[in-house]
Amino acid sequence: MIKNLKKYFSENGIWLLFVMPALLIYLVFMAAPLLDSMRLSFYTGKGYTPTEFVGFKNYVDLFTNPLWRERFLGALKNTIIFFSIHMIIQNSLGLFFANLLSAEFKGRNFFRTVIFAPATLSVLITGFLWTLILNPYWGAINQSLKAIGLDSWAKPWLGDEHLALPVISLTSVWQWVGMPTVLFLAGLLGISDEILEAARVDGASNWHIFWKIKFPLLKPVIGVVAILTFVDNFNAFDVIFAMAGAKGEPGYSTDLLATFFYRTGIAGEHPAGIPNMGMGAAIATLIFIILMVGVLLWLYSSRKNEELA
Amino acid sequence: MSRTQKFFTYLALSIWSFIAIFPIWTLIVNSFKPQKEIFQNPFGLPQTFTLDGYKSVWLKGNFGTYFLNTIYVTVISLALIVFIGSLAAYALAKWKSKASAALYVFFIAGLMIPIRLGTIDLVRIMQFLKLHDTIWSLIPVYVAMGMPISIFILTAFVQTLPKEMFDAAKVDGASEWRIYLQIVVPLLRPAIATVAIFNMMKIWNDFWFPLVFIRAEESRTISLGVSLLFGQYRTDWTRALSTLSLAAVPILILYILLSREFIKGLTAGAVKG
Repeated sequence: MIKNLKKYFSENGIWLLFVMPALLIYLVFMAAPLLDSMRLSFYTGKGYTPTEFVGFKNYVDLFTNPLWRERFLGALKNTIIFFSIHMIIQNSLGLFFANLLSAEFKGRNFFRTVIFAPATLSVLITGFLWTLILNPYWGAINQSLKAIGLDSWAKPWLGDEHLALPVISLTSVWQWVGMPTVLFLAGLLGISDEILEAARVDGASNWHIFWKIKFPLLKPVIGVVAILTFVDNFNAFDVIFAMAGAKGEPGYSTDLLATFFYRTGIAGEHPAGIPNMGMGAAIATLIFIILMVGVLLWLYSSRKNEELA
Repeated sequence: MSRTQKFFTYLALSIWSFIAIFPIWTLIVNSFKPQKEIFQNPFGLPQTFTLDGYKSVWLKGNFGTYFLNTIYVTVISLALIVFIGSLAAYALAKWKSKASAALYVFFIAGLMIPIRLGTIDLVRIMQFLKLHDTIWSLIPVYVAMGMPISIFILTAFVQTLPKEMFDAAKVDGASEWRIYLQIVVPLLRPAIATVAIFNMMKIWNDFWFPLVFIRAEESRTISLGVSLLFGQYRTDWTRALSTLSLAAVPILILYILLSREFIKGLTAGAVKG
């Protein structure tokens, strides 16, 4: 037994040693906090030490207690809308731009640089910037609309409960569209020229080449982009905090799961300002479960696709 | 490309480029105008040029401290990520066993799980370690957060290196540590650049962890400092825009200087994924 152990370490010890620093920091500051959050979700108590074990009460409250239910379901619904706008608009635009940028023409490096530029800025800064541009009285958008006589189109973009969430989502699309563009571009550049050339010789139109050749070959990249969009947007926080505050103004209409999590588990609700860490942990755990279900569905479907191919 | 195609390509890309640049343009030009002119002439170059916004923000806001803090946190975190990550990636690529395969999957799973979801516990850990309210609370979290993507990219890269090279070094009696330092690290450079770029953007721009961990003025990063200053200056547009410009322009300049490597690095990472 001890001999075997000795043998194991003399053969593998050096590799264990090499992995150890990464493993330790990853365990202590990422894996363990995630798991311990799940444990905390079964407790309640004010402040930093939720001590009282309450079983599933936090979860039951989120789904049934009117105090929590409305906020939780509202945030869930808003998060789904926020994610869907990115999924549909941001990723379609990204695919469209990538297809244009994959051709050879003068200035394409310039366009690549420009399309990705907003993604290098902090979400907070672009969020603040857009609140100024969208300001109902002085912002550039309404000023321009008034200048060309479209006064009735000038809206309180961030003050209207129906407009605020789509408008904030679009500013986030503006910032992040470079991401799917770059990923799709990498995928498109990986398609062999011979296939495309052969199709052209056969007289296929560009439209045809895109849908019948490029698009099917891009499927794995589309999967990666979809799952990244899903994970990123289901815990989006900064853009709402910058443009609508931690409460998702107006009237919680832009409240996302992450802002709800922040208010409940970390900042604490006004005026008391004492966080309910057990409930916060329950919200985090639910977000975690949603993400896991999505990721597993993606893994399952991409494996199926591979089998078919 | 045919003529119509070319025309269409340029048209579509120019329209979006305008949309992408326009807000950044208004941000920068308006930060040099007095408030009144921002409202009268929101798009043009300033007629009355003023640096008042920058002056008062720089004097009042401790921007120097915010910058230094952000640079410390980013540089130290990146150095640790690259060192620890490449060491682990080399081991995971070369060590053929069930344990290494399991460890690899364990690390990669972190790509799909935002570390934010563990924040409640991290707050408690930082309180326990007495690191809260200091920039040192951010570094271990960023290093942990950087592990999955770094190990993912670097392991894939080590696996493409020719096996004979390692064997030859082994025969010459080189230790694994020397092979790592003298052969692997120099060859890994392009992949390390990709990893550094990915993580740099995330760490430099992160707002969540400074917001949660830090209150003290002297420990604030740029994002946190900007959010508090912007709150104060919401109605003073010259100052508000100067605040945002001060935070945005350095990273934009860095991006423009490195844009080729930036996009190459990002696409290289994507192909491997």
